[in-house]
Amino acid sequence: MKHVATLFIVILSMLYARGQQVQKSTYENVLLTKATVHTITEGTLTDTDVHIVDGRIAAVGVDITAPAGTTIIDCSDHHIYPGFIDSGTRLGLIEVGAVSLTNDYNEIGDIIPQMQALTAVNPNSVSIPVTRVNGVTTALAVPSGGIFPGTAGLIHLQGYTPEQMSAGFEGVVMNFPSSGKRGRWDRRSEDDIKKAKEKALKKITEVWDELAVYHKIDSAAAATNQSFDRYQPEMSALLPVYRGEQKLLINVNKDDDIIAAIEWISETGVDAILVGVAEGYRVAEEIAEAGVPVITGPVLSIPGRSSARYDVNYKNAGVMQQAGVKVAIQTTDAENVRNLPFNAGFAATYGMGIEEALKAITIAPAEIFGIDDEVGSIETGKLANLFVSDGDPFEMKTRIKYLFIKGWNIPMESRHTLLYEEFIDRSPGLEGGE
Amino acid sequence: MITTSAKIGLMTLFCIAFASMDAQTVGDVLIKNGTVLTITDGVKEETDVLIRNGKISRIGKGLSADDVVQIDATGKYVMPGIIDAHSHIGIDVVNEATDPNTANVAVGDVINPFAISIYRALAGGVTTSHAMHGSANAVGGQCETIKHRWGEQDPESFKMEGAPRTIKFALGENPMRVHGEGNNIIPRTRMGVEYIFRKSFASARDYMADWDAYNANPSAATEAPTYDLKMETMADILRGEIIVHCHSYRADEILMLVNVLRDFGVDKICFQHVNEGFKVAPELAAYGAMASVFADWWAYKFEVYYSTAYNATILTRNGVVTSINSDSGELIRHLYHEAAKTQRYGDLTDNEALRLITLNPAIQLGIGDRVGSIEVGKEGDVVIFDQHPLSIYAIPQQTIVDGVVRFDINQDADDMRMEIDPEESISNYIDYTLTEEQEACLQGVSLKYIHRH
Repeated sequence: MKHVATLFIVILSMLYARGQQVQKSTYENVLLTKATVHTITEGTLTDTDVHIVDGRIAAVGVDITAPAGTTIIDCSDHHIYPGFIDSGTRLGLIEVGAVSLTNDYNEIGDIIPQMQALTAVNPNSVSIPVTRVNGVTTALAVPSGGIFPGTAGLIHLQGYTPEQMSAGFEGVVMNFPSSGKRGRWDRRSEDDIKKAKEKALKKITEVWDELAVYHKIDSAAAATNQSFDRYQPEMSALLPVYRGEQKLLINVNKDDDIIAAIEWISETGVDAILVGVAEGYRVAEEIAEAGVPVITGPVLSIPGRSSARYDVNYKNAGVMQQAGVKVAIQTTDAENVRNLPFNAGFAATYGMGIEEALKAITIAPAEIFGIDDEVGSIETGKLANLFVSDGDPFEMKTRIKYLFIKGWNIPMESRHTLLYEEFIDRSPGLEGGE
Repeated sequence: MITTSAKIGLMTLFCIAFASMDAQTVGDVLIKNGTVLTITDGVKEETDVLIRNGKISRIGKGLSADDVVQIDATGKYVMPGIIDAHSHIGIDVVNEATDPNTANVAVGDVINPFAISIYRALAGGVTTSHAMHGSANAVGGQCETIKHRWGEQDPESFKMEGAPRTIKFALGENPMRVHGEGNNIIPRTRMGVEYIFRKSFASARDYMADWDAYNANPSAATEAPTYDLKMETMADILRGEIIVHCHSYRADEILMLVNVLRDFGVDKICFQHVNEGFKVAPELAAYGAMASVFADWWAYKFEVYYSTAYNATILTRNGVVTSINSDSGELIRHLYHEAAKTQRYGDLTDNEALRLITLNPAIQLGIGDRVGSIEVGKEGDVVIFDQHPLSIYAIPQQTIVDGVVRFDINQDADDMRMEIDPEESISNYIDYTLTEEQEACLQGVSLKYIHRH
């Protein structure tokens, strides 16, 4: 009996020890002291403290005094940056690329704007911790395919439900009809490509004509306090876009398609963001003149024309930004959204410069999505989305030491670090036990 | 106003320029005053490298050679030309996906000297790549080690003369998908994949025995065995004349192939991708198997779901000769950046990280005595960076192959069209965002085999 009791205690303590190994996020008030703070919007401050209270940045300043109970983290010789924002991903919408039943980004249908990315994002995707430990705190989950494939949703990479993760921006996605080839194996003639493009444009025109009617009926009903609730999900989802109350993310890449998209934006008066814009460098002045913001990338990609200079995709973001376009950077990735800082780093190297490249993954997307009062810089009152690093986050050698999302202190742990810890010194090794 | 005679003069000049470029497969160049990352002999500050007749002839300070082109590398970094142990650039087709064993075909037959991907790789500092057959078959075709002699027009001139023969093997999902699911023939499982190897090697052993018996006593009375190119190739693997490069992911299947090779006495093996190599790193090291991995690719299919970007570090720390490869016309342009990822995902030193894209892939291709480091006597394959190549801010400036400058950022054209057409066709633009994402290794295999789950 005594043995049984001892065994019970041993098992309990083993369970307890194992339980201790699971690292959880903690939510507490924290003072980060003596850091070099890259505020993005208000310059770089040395020897500066950042005070996190109730999930928000309560103060940024020198020698802040925190009340008792505050966790104090010495950040001398370290840097604080606002969390990075990836403006276009499939994060949470794909778990394993080649296993189609784990893919939730591409619903059936050409015009299905009512499909909600937020509803399909998996908060427990293994890719989320892998992503955030590189300093990416926020990502836009984007559906794709067809003409209107759905509604994208911006998420913070912390939380267990879509509501907890939502970062307060949703935008309808549109694929502007393309006059490019779909790949090297696209055997369509130029004529066929042109016809396909015209057909798609015609479909868009039909949708807009229908929307005009729908808008009138809906407005008339509202004016007379009548309810108009016939189930027309496509129309309901597009109506706020038609009225300019919700943003439209327009995917477009080839130079003349970009021009055509700008004309369409001007004709319809939609509140648009151009996305992809791989050949923006060819029509940068026109984009700037139109005043439409751009989400471009991936920077690490090959030119769409074999004739184009090898580095045009590296330079593209910088060329547009210097022409006066507001530019944010996306990876379009799922499991490797963690490469966002390096996409920005390449843009920085090839003409954009470090300061502007940092903006393209912080304050610029925050402004484009209309949430710059919440995120995108280190400023008092904003959400505590930030990380502490021992150097330039674009450089591979740099280590990220602490990560905060909405004030949650996130463990620097992912499947990749856990497998490393288990296998760097495998036990048993070669011969089955030492 | 250009006169007719000036035009003719210019054209003549072009002709001479092209003619001389075509003939000049080796060159002389003196790189002055750079920080030389030798890989095998440390970092040498303010040092010159002299290449003569395509070979590194001297390394030292204050070298002079009046008769050769000089490149001022003051404040710049000089490293060996980058080597990619896994790519599919510069070839017209990738997969002969018609049989679980296609040892009878060779990528060397389909080299395309005009593939722009070769130039783009050069612009990323890559001088040598391993043009591989795809992974549709358990035993794929023979591969070709090519040098990026961009500007040459004869496919043969891209082959690295004297480089050992290599062949592609493939384990796991791809051969299972293409043949088992696609054609309802073995292999549909990893059991079937093993069987294909055992059957192929055993048949080759019988084939060799038949020929040995015939050759020992060739008489008019006995009929010679039927010549079979597939069996000839398998026999050459058994004879140790071909290095096996095996597409693989899971730890169990990696161990399976090690066991098969051990049973048939094959010891020249480099695993490719080998995402779960970190789980069996001690076994790989014990067998002398090498590993060529991605820096951070994972989760694109189920067999790479349990991956870690720390793979290269764990393999290196266990003593496995490891390289980082691209398998991609995009990644090949910044392998220096991919190598640097081992300093975020792990703690490799600068030299260890650079070895992953220079000497180690050279060893894996059997050309480690010829390229992969800056040493006197080695081939004059060098890339010059404006900053340390492991920094994100580094830009390749010049890429030199056999002493010939094949990429120079200052001479780079905005328009790379090979056939100048002022009314460029719209079909020249490929919208990669519309392309079905596909593993390069499965190029040429119908998409119907790819999304079926």
